[in-house]
Amino acid sequence: MVILGIACHALSGVPGLFIRRDPDAGQRLAAGLCVIGSALGIAGSMSALWFPPTLSQVVRLDGIAVIFLIPIFLVSGLGSIYGLEYWTQAAHPGNGRKLRLFYGLVTAGLAGLAIAANSILFLVAWEAMTISAYFLVTTEDENPEARDAGLLYLVVTHVSTLCLFAIFAVWRVTSGSFALGPLPEGAVTPAMATGLFLLGVVAFGLKAGLMPFHIWLPSAHAMAPSHVSALMSGVLIKIGIYGLIRLVSWLPDPPVWWGGLLLALGTLSGVLGVVFALGQHDLKRLLAYHSIENIGIIVMGLGLALVGRSLDISAWIVLGLGGALLHVWNHGLFKALLFLSAGSVIHATHTRVIDQLGGLARTMPRTALYFAVGAVAICGLPPLNGFVSELLIYLGLFRTLGIGQGPSWAGAACVAPMLALIGALALACFVKAFGSVFLGVARSESASHAHEAGARMTGPMMVLAACCLFIGLLPRVVTPVLEQGIAAWAPGGAVALPALRTLAPLGWVSLGGFALVGLLALLGLGLALRIRRSRTVAAGTWDCGYAAPAATMQYTSSSFAQMLGVFFVWVLRPQVHTPGEQTLFPSRMHFRSHVMDVVLDEVLRPAYRIATKIASWCHFFQAGNIHAYLFYIVLFLIALLLWR
Amino acid sequence: MKQIFVHIFLLLVLPPLLLGVIGKTKAVFGGRNGPPFLQPYYDLIRLFQKGSVFSTTTTWVFRAGPVVGLATSLLAGMLIPFGGHSAPLSFAGDMILFAYLFALGRFFTASAALDTGSSFEGMGAAREVTFSCLAEPAMFFGFLVLAKLSASLSLTTMLDGTFPLGAGVAAPSLVLVAASLFVVLLVENSRIPFDDPNTHLELTMIHEVMVLDHSGPALGMIQYGAAMKLFVMGAVLLRVVAPFEAANVWADWALFIGGMLGLAVVIGVVESMMARFRMVFVPTFLVAACLLSVFGVILLLR
Repeated sequence: MVILGIACHALSGVPGLFIRRDPDAGQRLAAGLCVIGSALGIAGSMSALWFPPTLSQVVRLDGIAVIFLIPIFLVSGLGSIYGLEYWTQAAHPGNGRKLRLFYGLVTAGLAGLAIAANSILFLVAWEAMTISAYFLVTTEDENPEARDAGLLYLVVTHVSTLCLFAIFAVWRVTSGSFALGPLPEGAVTPAMATGLFLLGVVAFGLKAGLMPFHIWLPSAHAMAPSHVSALMSGVLIKIGIYGLIRLVSWLPDPPVWWGGLLLALGTLSGVLGVVFALGQHDLKRLLAYHSIENIGIIVMGLGLALVGRSLDISAWIVLGLGGALLHVWNHGLFKALLFLSAGSVIHATHTRVIDQLGGLARTMPRTALYFAVGAVAICGLPPLNGFVSELLIYLGLFRTLGIGQGPSWAGAACVAPMLALIGALALACFVKAFGSVFLGVARSESASHAHEAGARMTGPMMVLAACCLFIGLLPRVVTPVLEQGIAAWAPGGAVALPALRTLAPLGWVSLGGFALVGLLALLGLGLALRIRRSRTVAAGTWDCGYAAPAATMQYTSSSFAQMLGVFFVWVLRPQVHTPGEQTLFPSRMHFRSHVMDVVLDEVLRPAYRIATKIASWCHFFQAGNIHAYLFYIVLFLIALLLWR
Repeated sequence: MKQIFVHIFLLLVLPPLLLGVIGKTKAVFGGRNGPPFLQPYYDLIRLFQKGSVFSTTTTWVFRAGPVVGLATSLLAGMLIPFGGHSAPLSFAGDMILFAYLFALGRFFTASAALDTGSSFEGMGAAREVTFSCLAEPAMFFGFLVLAKLSASLSLTTMLDGTFPLGAGVAAPSLVLVAASLFVVLLVENSRIPFDDPNTHLELTMIHEVMVLDHSGPALGMIQYGAAMKLFVMGAVLLRVVAPFEAANVWADWALFIGGMLGLAVVIGVVESMMARFRMVFVPTFLVAACLLSVFGVILLLR
């Protein structure tokens, strides 16, 4: 059933290529096939939970695969409905077909990866996913920025593929087959295992956008159409996490420092991801940097689970991996929701620059509401889903103090306040984004003429928002799925592990969530009644008596983030262009500031320039003169003869 | 069951009195008579009876701010043990819900401030979220100390005054944590020396400037919620500093009320003796508070 679903997705864009006369039918057919494929895929993977399919040499459908398949199918199906209105064939006759063809293919590649039990299939699906994602990023290939973003993505992702080739080559040599599965103890030397692990961190870290391997992510997410960004950020980068989760579960006897390394990388990624997000002026780049932050949180959970595995403490495994896997779901849901609502803003205003928006909550009330839901969820606030997964990771981290069970590994516990810092920074960033885009007064002409999106765009957002609320209020419903995933990961299987529901107070979380919702409803109703009964006056905002307030005088997103920017100036290194000295009667002035990506713009690009400079010295030897080349060959052969 | 009702009753009724006591203490230090102890109650009642003025730029977010602020303070109050009595809602990890509830309140109060489109309120919102970025880690390092000392993950047992490791081990860390929590309490509740609730200049306010445009019942809700937040965070601090228990259940409640009023007097004394810091020094002090609780953790882990 899952494979059928994949096939539907893979073929969804094909009919549209041939229906030339009625493009509208082509796009409806594509979306229809995507939705059918998603429904089949979700149904198939759900049923695999209760009726485990027989194992095969080529595909595998265990708990972890199911956990990754469900968001892939869900987000992609909803995205295809969204695309019907967002990227219509009528408005984009040049690239609509291409977009739908590769949209289906990338989903098929992703789902194929999640079920691959064979390194050849894994690599084929990996390349299918990678290449089609490249064409999705460069959908608007007439735009040079999109071409640059696509090229950067292609280069980075092929470095990742190169590492994968190395991993699977070593794998073939050590295990003797292409089949992927747990290596028996003693199959690899510790040094070899460490090499495989580090290669895996680079390969999958590049895909997942883990700091400092994130360089491709912001521009690619910003340039792709929004429902593609939702798919990429919500599920495509998670495939890197999937690979990492699988790899560390297959390597025997992980030393403790592996988990420690993942915890450290996760913390780095989490804190710096959100700090860079604070410095962004582009709504979609801001969301992209938040993906890096959330990947960091997931890797923290995975690191904790890995430490637990090395030290053989099952509670840490269950809480860490449970939190990480749930966060994979949650981030898929709320990040897709945020990208879709950002897309709806862009659709209505044709700009991504936060400081040109404002006041959209009046013209686009539903989009504003869904964005608010996504923002609250991504900050990890109750009663939505982000809180539940962060709570699990927190509980695991607090337990490393040695509470409950005997041993402690307190270095991990100090990550908990860092997670709190990430949460607080994310809150600052989303108040900034929500406030500047949706609240206040419109800052530009285009923002003041915005219009609400239609049902095909708001419908998918509503479904995602409902999922966020559902997992937040009733986390007990999803624990059986998570427990199967954890059992598939841990070496001893389900028998050796305590159940997630015994370790985490999920019933209390539901109670707290419902109490909060109830209190909000009660107090809200009370206030509404009170206001209705009393006299209300509509007036302008209090402006301290200033005579001519203007929309441009509002606090902008840059001013909002300025204080935090000053704290982190050592890493953000903003480029500020201030106006020069002014005369007695100042003329018109401009102020610009923007934040570069430290890894890409200050490390890699200079390194690349130096490398090309060194390489250019070799020009002397390769000047296109055939005689010279023959001469080199003769010299080389003589050298070989002498050496023998 | 009876104890839960007393808990809720105190949570609903007592918070404004704390503000009254702080005001009276400051008045005594200034050589004035000062407003009566019950003045905050009169203010709240008056606000709830007034009409409202809404800015034409505002949306539902502006009205949601006060509601969420009050609801989160109320629910957070249900997670904290008052005196020797355990909290009505108590489970492993409730301290995380406690911290995140206040964060939820902050999200909506700051958004409500931005909803007005006024740059003063934008400033206040920016300051509020910025300072909290430093206060949150300080609070969590404090939780780490408490969790390690009490070998539990629930606020009720964390704050019950028993330390399996022995009081000698606990005392130095607890002193550091108490100092750090006191700074966090002053910052988060906008007290002098970090913020002045009675100041008159919009440019220098943090919390007050965010609520400039609220009026009538909504403003009442905000002030009630703020008082409750002070009360709830004060209750945590009180249990860290003085985890005493009386033999009798009712004497225990009396002890708790006395302790809270004592804390209000201490805050009043601090406010009378210190001047407001310049805004740029606020982060410095918060970092210091954070480092204090980091030292507390290090002392335990050595």
